[in-house]
Amino acid sequence: MNKLHKKILVLLIILVLLTPAGILFPMVFNAGDAWGEWSAETVKNLIGYVPEGLQKYSDTYTAPIPDYSLNADDPSVTHQSLFYILSGILGIAATFGITIIISKFINKNGK
Amino acid sequence: MHIPDGYLSPQTYIPLAGVFVAVAAVAVKKVKKEVSAKSIPYLGMASAFSFLIMMFNLPIPGGTTGHAVGSAVIAIILGPWATVIAVSVALIIQALIFGDGGITAIGANCVNMAIFMPFAAYFTFKLINLKSQKPLRIFIASFISGYLSLVLASILTAIEFGIQPIIATSADGKALYCPYNLSIAIPAMAIEHLILFGIAEGLITALIVRYFFKHEPTMIYALNKGGKNE
Repeated sequence: MNKLHKKILVLLIILVLLTPAGILFPMVFNAGDAWGEWSAETVKNLIGYVPEGLQKYSDTYTAPIPDYSLNADDPSVTHQSLFYILSGILGIAATFGITIIISKFINKNGK
Repeated sequence: MHIPDGYLSPQTYIPLAGVFVAVAAVAVKKVKKEVSAKSIPYLGMASAFSFLIMMFNLPIPGGTTGHAVGSAVIAIILGPWATVIAVSVALIIQALIFGDGGITAIGANCVNMAIFMPFAAYFTFKLINLKSQKPLRIFIASFISGYLSLVLASILTAIEFGIQPIIATSADGKALYCPYNLSIAIPAMAIEHLILFGIAEGLITALIVRYFFKHEPTMIYALNKGGKNE
């Protein structure tokens, strides 16, 4: 690991510890979903009905850790922040690991 | 900007998945040529960086949320083809593990944020900076590159949302997928990215490129590609 690798790693660790800002700021400023990312229920509140295809496809897949959070029954800020950080760590490990594996595979016969 | 399942019709998400697969195949060939073994760790770090940056939801007070993507800075430093790989991995992990972005919309989301955006950013940077080595010029070119590429990517996403009522309605005229048309989707997506999220992308891009220009100038793809170092 060279000096620059270490610096980037430190930046990534700082970022992951700061990620709860990504749920706290929207709470403080009373901001909701991203545009076009509403649940079927929210769409019904917005336009009065749930489009047929949207209803059909919206349950195509259930992610293991939906919305970077586990156990949404406990909505306390501490709980959410903790799971957000854990999701960030898992995300770093997965993205870093998989990108390296793909790149090494691509590079196998490269320079 | 992560399109969920159910918002795009199959007539939209299937062709976009095709575009994604085709461009990803080209990216694999390009990265094989361009990326040396010692820069592989940076691709991994770039993917992780993009993943994290997208967790920072920024609020429009009383309105929606959004975020930067990181594709612009990665495109300037590692090149747009490497960005296709790094950011696609981040988007696919987000969809599969965290349900951020739909499974059926993986192709669309990768086209918007991991293909269109890095190329828009890269060409914007080259067009403004030309071959300048002046820090201020590079800073400004980087900012505009990040700002503009995110805004344009949000408009592309809005077009994908907004064409749904045109191409897919039920017999009684109700929308089947995204219910909002172009005249609602484009202003909604463009304005929030123009006033807030684009500025975040611009600042991140400008500050990180400035750091690399100070300390590792030879690493910056957009400054060296086609220049005297090649």
